[in-house]
Amino acid sequence: MIRLLFAIVAGVLLGGVVHLVSVLALPRIADNDAYSRLEPLTKLNAVSPLPPADPGNTLMPYLDPAFATAVCRYDLSGGPIKLTVPVSQAYTSVSFYTRSDVAYYAINDRSAGRKVIELNLMTEAQHADLPEDEDVTAADRLIIDSPTTTGLILLKALAPEPSLMPQAQAALAAANCKVQTEPQVAKQADPPRSRR
Amino acid sequence: MRRQTPGLRPSRVRTDVRLIFVTLLALMIATAIGLGATWMTATRGTDFGTLTIGAWVARPKTGTPDVDPYSSATIARSGELPIGAGDGVSFLATTDDHKRPLDGRCDVAVSGVTPAARFWTLTLYDRKGHLVANSLQRYGFTSEEVIRGSDGSFEIRMASRARAGNWLPTGGIERYTLMLRLYDTPVGVATRTPRDAPMPQISTVGCP
Repeated sequence: MIRLLFAIVAGVLLGGVVHLVSVLALPRIADNDAYSRLEPLTKLNAVSPLPPADPGNTLMPYLDPAFATAVCRYDLSGGPIKLTVPVSQAYTSVSFYTRSDVAYYAINDRSAGRKVIELNLMTEAQHADLPEDEDVTAADRLIIDSPTTTGLILLKALAPEPSLMPQAQAALAAANCKVQTEPQVAKQADPPRSRR
Repeated sequence: MRRQTPGLRPSRVRTDVRLIFVTLLALMIATAIGLGATWMTATRGTDFGTLTIGAWVARPKTGTPDVDPYSSATIARSGELPIGAGDGVSFLATTDDHKRPLDGRCDVAVSGVTPAARFWTLTLYDRKGHLVANSLQRYGFTSEEVIRGSDGSFEIRMASRARAGNWLPTGGIERYTLMLRLYDTPVGVATRTPRDAPMPQISTVGCP
């Protein structure tokens, strides 16, 4: 009888451990998360438009049908990425997700404050390798640190009315996302400037 | 070690068998409870960091790196991309203000005002988060296209048959969810009370 009780108590305690471990492990082992779903549909380090949200589209749940969306699936191992998104008429936003779908940064057209959202995405190590001078001259250049080497950038443009959807899609079609190879060259070619 | 002692007594064997049985039972209970609890929380969600205003529920932290492990697990399972905090915030409703589940065969009204935001969208989904097919191809309203009264307030009517004004077709499905997304809004992680975020009321007007 005591043994049975012991088995139940031990089972419940161990169950708690199993629960915690499995909850923490789930985002890493999930093979049907947003990144895995988008992987076959998107090009690496390039902007791929997503199909419009309609009842036949079961790609991802809870897509906003009022938005045109595009995705840049990135891999920073080849160098930092430069992203440019022309702002559409109504509202444009850019959201960054890690490999495990954590939204670590998002910006909209108004906080970017320009006609074109321009960003440099790099790993923390790549950011640390930037020449110091470049950081100063690039005060107006937005640098985002990615916690993971791979991840997703979600580009969204609002169509306030269904008839404006083509314009929103056109704005995203003009977006650009590609690996930047210049910094390494510029580092050697440019003599150190003394601007302070 | 024990196996090497010659002449194993029957009572020792019985103890071993019992020990194995007890261990197996404990492991079975652990697996059932552990994975069961994980499945429950990853499917239904938890109350960590939720902001509830009337029937509307938001989890602003899911759009930040401080997302809690339970929300992370839910997101990984459902396959959605949470709306980033710098982009906006999303509120989900599965019932009306009187806790009555949203029924597509009934007339439901969403009325009043929305919190400060540059844009908002209201969208109708089935319980899995997919849009509901209808001949109008209307799946929601944006703040720009909704018809308002002279005081700026609005009423959106969810019904299976056509209604005057802002009609959002339900397709007659039994259960649906409404999602109100605010874009470029001060509402977020710091929001605590309904006064910071006056959400529209949801009321079931009538059922056939």
